[in-house]
Amino acid sequence: MTTDDTTTDTTDVDARLLAGLAGLATEAPAGLPDAVFARWVRVPSGLGDVYAAATAHGVQFLRPAGDAGLAGFTAAYRARFARPLVAAPRPPAGLLPALRGRPGRGPALDLTALTGFERAVLDATRRIPAGQARPYGWVAREAGSPGAVRAVGSVLARNPVPLLVPCHRVVRADGALGGYLFGAPEKERLLRAEGMDVDGVADLARRGVRYLASDTTTVVCFPTCRDARRITPRHRHGFGTLDEAVRAGFRPCRTCRPAGAA
Amino acid sequence: MDAAERTRQRVCRALLDDLDAGYGEVVREYGGVVHSVARALTRSAADAEDLTAEAFLRAYRALAGYPAERIAVLALRPWLLTVLRNTARNAARDAARRPAGPPRYEPTERELDPGPTALDDPADHAERAEAGRGLAALLARLPEAQRTAVVLRHALDLPIAEVAQVLRVGEGTAKSHVSRGLHRLRALVTAAGTEPGPDGEPAHRVLASGRRDR
Repeated sequence: MTTDDTTTDTTDVDARLLAGLAGLATEAPAGLPDAVFARWVRVPSGLGDVYAAATAHGVQFLRPAGDAGLAGFTAAYRARFARPLVAAPRPPAGLLPALRGRPGRGPALDLTALTGFERAVLDATRRIPAGQARPYGWVAREAGSPGAVRAVGSVLARNPVPLLVPCHRVVRADGALGGYLFGAPEKERLLRAEGMDVDGVADLARRGVRYLASDTTTVVCFPTCRDARRITPRHRHGFGTLDEAVRAGFRPCRTCRPAGAA
Repeated sequence: MDAAERTRQRVCRALLDDLDAGYGEVVREYGGVVHSVARALTRSAADAEDLTAEAFLRAYRALAGYPAERIAVLALRPWLLTVLRNTARNAARDAARRPAGPPRYEPTERELDPGPTALDDPADHAERAEAGRGLAALLARLPEAQRTAVVLRHALDLPIAEVAQVLRVGEGTAKSHVSRGLHRLRALVTAAGTEPGPDGEPAHRVLASGRRDR
């Protein structure tokens, strides 16, 4: 009798154990596809049609549709991010307005594949308003690495999300527009389309003027700063360096921050 | 040809046709299997989801470098599960390098009661949670190879040859992992059933007096 009881118990335990184990098989997590796949869209922009790839965290990569087409974009994306890429049912929120040039925060960006310095450079660049330009040195300082001017150029030359991080608004300290990852003519065209007075800035640079100051506000700005553009010719003073302007009694603008955070 | 092999061939064809679109098939077809094993390898439901996603990303990166001939004959399911185990091992190693990291393979409250998921019927869930919570906790006390072997064989119903492939051992050793794991689990279940307390002494006593494990 005792033996029988034990046998029954053991069989019962086994049956419950196996049933319990069978119950441990589970479905895939609902969020798995979003965690694994990036999704692409083709949308219009100031550079013509572009492809954009976005993860669940935001837009990760953007390139002109150009000649390489979708195959070229997919290959470039795979080489850089190594994540499967499939078509998106609709563009990520905020992407279309941002590419149409609407002011605002723009779409969320996924910059997780970048280093801290790269992210800092892109964050600083993203704060430059439309129609304005800042030198590479300004970006380096805003990114917390004042000495890394050349490195800023390298980072922006690989900008994964041009237009959304407006690297076309970063120019050389001597007033030349400098290079662009899609060519200098595209950079100039984008800046003109945003309303920047490219010729006026070039004229000033030729005369050695890189900062403009107002004797009514006693503030000194970058020439493309919204505040500098309001200065009437009568009250306008040009300077080649910020030091000269400061010695002449002008205070660095708090909007365009020609002297950085200090 | 069995159903699993037909599925494998269909998914491999999709991969060869278009790696990225085909990978959608891979995730759809094997997401549940990989996630089920990930649950047995992690401390919490959230960790299991992260591990599952990370394993599928690593597998994609490997596939992107494979020639077509290799993809055509790839035994996808055991290969994915091998990638999963390696990913878990790397994650555990990384966690161990961090100071004051919690032990990797110890169930937490969250593991014991992961809460209802969207697809579950609440009443059904309550009942299964009751049975599952204890079992998952007891399973977590098994050495990794035995735990994985038991889950592959008895939760996912994989053939022993595939269990052996995943564990990278011979079929005899795989069988012994399954039976030792099951034996140990049975002892743990019996002990947990005779006296209350999820972490009570009885389980340990049974473990200590149980059959000698290598």
